[in-house]
Amino acid sequence: MTDRAHVLDALGTVFDPELDESITSLRFVTSCDVSADGDVDVRLRLPTPQCAPNFAFLMAADARDAVRRLPEVREVTVVLEDHYTGDEINGALGRGEAFAGAFPGETEGELDALRELFHRKALVARQAQLCDAWLAAGATAEEVTARRVSDLPDEPGARRCRELRAHLGIPSEGDDPALVRPDGAPIEAGDLKHWLRMASLVRTSLEANGGICRSLLAVRYDIDPDPEEVAA
Amino acid sequence: MYEKDGEKYFVMDTHTHFWDATPENWVKGAEEYAEGWINCFHAYQGLGPADTHWTIEDFQTQTPERFEKDMFEDGHVDVAVFQPTYLKEWYTTGFNTTEMDNEMAARHPDRLIVNGRFDPRDGDPGLRQLEEDAQKFGLKGVKLYTAEWNSGSRGYKLDDPICEPFFEKCIELGIKNIHVHKGPTIWPLDKDAFDVADVDKVATRYQELNFIVEHVGLPRIEDFCFMATQERNVYAGLAVVIGGLMHARPRFFAKVMGELMFWVGEDKMLFGADYAIWEPKWQVEGLVAWDYPDETFSDYPAFTTESKKKILGLNAAKLYDVKVPQELQLSNGGTPAARDDSQLVESR
Repeated sequence: MTDRAHVLDALGTVFDPELDESITSLRFVTSCDVSADGDVDVRLRLPTPQCAPNFAFLMAADARDAVRRLPEVREVTVVLEDHYTGDEINGALGRGEAFAGAFPGETEGELDALRELFHRKALVARQAQLCDAWLAAGATAEEVTARRVSDLPDEPGARRCRELRAHLGIPSEGDDPALVRPDGAPIEAGDLKHWLRMASLVRTSLEANGGICRSLLAVRYDIDPDPEEVAA
Repeated sequence: MYEKDGEKYFVMDTHTHFWDATPENWVKGAEEYAEGWINCFHAYQGLGPADTHWTIEDFQTQTPERFEKDMFEDGHVDVAVFQPTYLKEWYTTGFNTTEMDNEMAARHPDRLIVNGRFDPRDGDPGLRQLEEDAQKFGLKGVKLYTAEWNSGSRGYKLDDPICEPFFEKCIELGIKNIHVHKGPTIWPLDKDAFDVADVDKVATRYQELNFIVEHVGLPRIEDFCFMATQERNVYAGLAVVIGGLMHARPRFFAKVMGELMFWVGEDKMLFGADYAIWEPKWQVEGLVAWDYPDETFSDYPAFTTESKKKILGLNAAKLYDVKVPQELQLSNGGTPAARDDSQLVESR
């Protein structure tokens, strides 16, 4: 039997595509209820009523799909609360439709290309964090660029790199390079400094956005500043 | 003018507002959006120091007296630029129109600059309106909010062909500062509305114009920085960066400032307090007192007194032809807002 903890775990695998953080750690899940019969009701909230509709839809649809994959759940309801396109998004979610169903005539296609673009950015940012840590520990540019996937530490950031590579179709067997460009090409030692400058900027941008989102959410819903504040 | 430790700073706030978001001004049937918008702004104010927070009632609109006190008496601002935000689909007389700004500016014609706006989707009537506004208000700049809704359209891009006659009209009318603000909805909705590639294209094409990307392209700071290094006429508007991060997220603020100093450079960064979301006082004082918090930031360019003077006012004064008293100019004859200095601060 699927219980609330399982549902929350499943929601923890859903990421904000722009911030590359899970919607549970961002505290975007307002409530999560599982009935005795296995019906699941999830409510989501965002930092502002004007958050971009495309990313909002992705998170809500991903949440719905993640919960549906759990065994023994019956009816799954996911509702995005307090959003200026909430009616459109919730309507499409309820009908089981994709993004174009929420905004007929207002899209050219689905959100796959948008998602892929942000997966690439997220991979760059995650790798910058890994690379910084290696260099801070005394590794040289040659050593860092020679590292393989099998050298990646067993921690959440490195695991996320592997996931992102899988989403993007970038090979991540043990012998593949640990640090790659967004198109999968390896990084040469001589290019590391320049690559890291660019990658650090992407990382800073993602982190700053995440910080603003967390702050706004806390103000909007009058909740305590979350633990990430301390780490920041 | 702000004076600290024997240094005097000319303060030019390039991003200020004077708005009416009271319930009486909400469009019937769009109350939810109108209320949501102002409440969202109010939440942003929550990112500043607690003793600068206002009640939502105070926040919905400002009196001229309050504006003068917050900007000039307490806020150290010498000259401010009004950036209009019309949003007439949600607010009956507009959220913050050029007319509203002009009423306030008429009280201080030497200290308040009124920027206009255009919407390329308005076609020929829009062009005529821009001409009228330019004459009436002596426009030197416009603010473009590309995500604004207009008769069923959700936004536009600056490189859409409908924008061409408007940019050409700006050049003809001597409107040289184009402030660009990205927002979350642009047709088609499946694309990234915050993308700044369109700014890149028009900046290359219209060398006569300066493009000030508001909020440094947030949430796409990285795309903005990569673009700004390529274009000699692209500037970073710091509104929201200072107000939203300096107090709430000091370490992120330091990283973002470091990155901007590296990629964009101190000649191309412009102070903006984004009143009435945040009061200028704590931002001006905070920025003058600010430095990187520790040695982990030593890779970034130094943030010097000269950097602060340029960013707080001298760069913007140059773009808007504002006369700065001799005693407030750089003593070394430096060149604020220099276009030629758009190369990376250190070689890559």
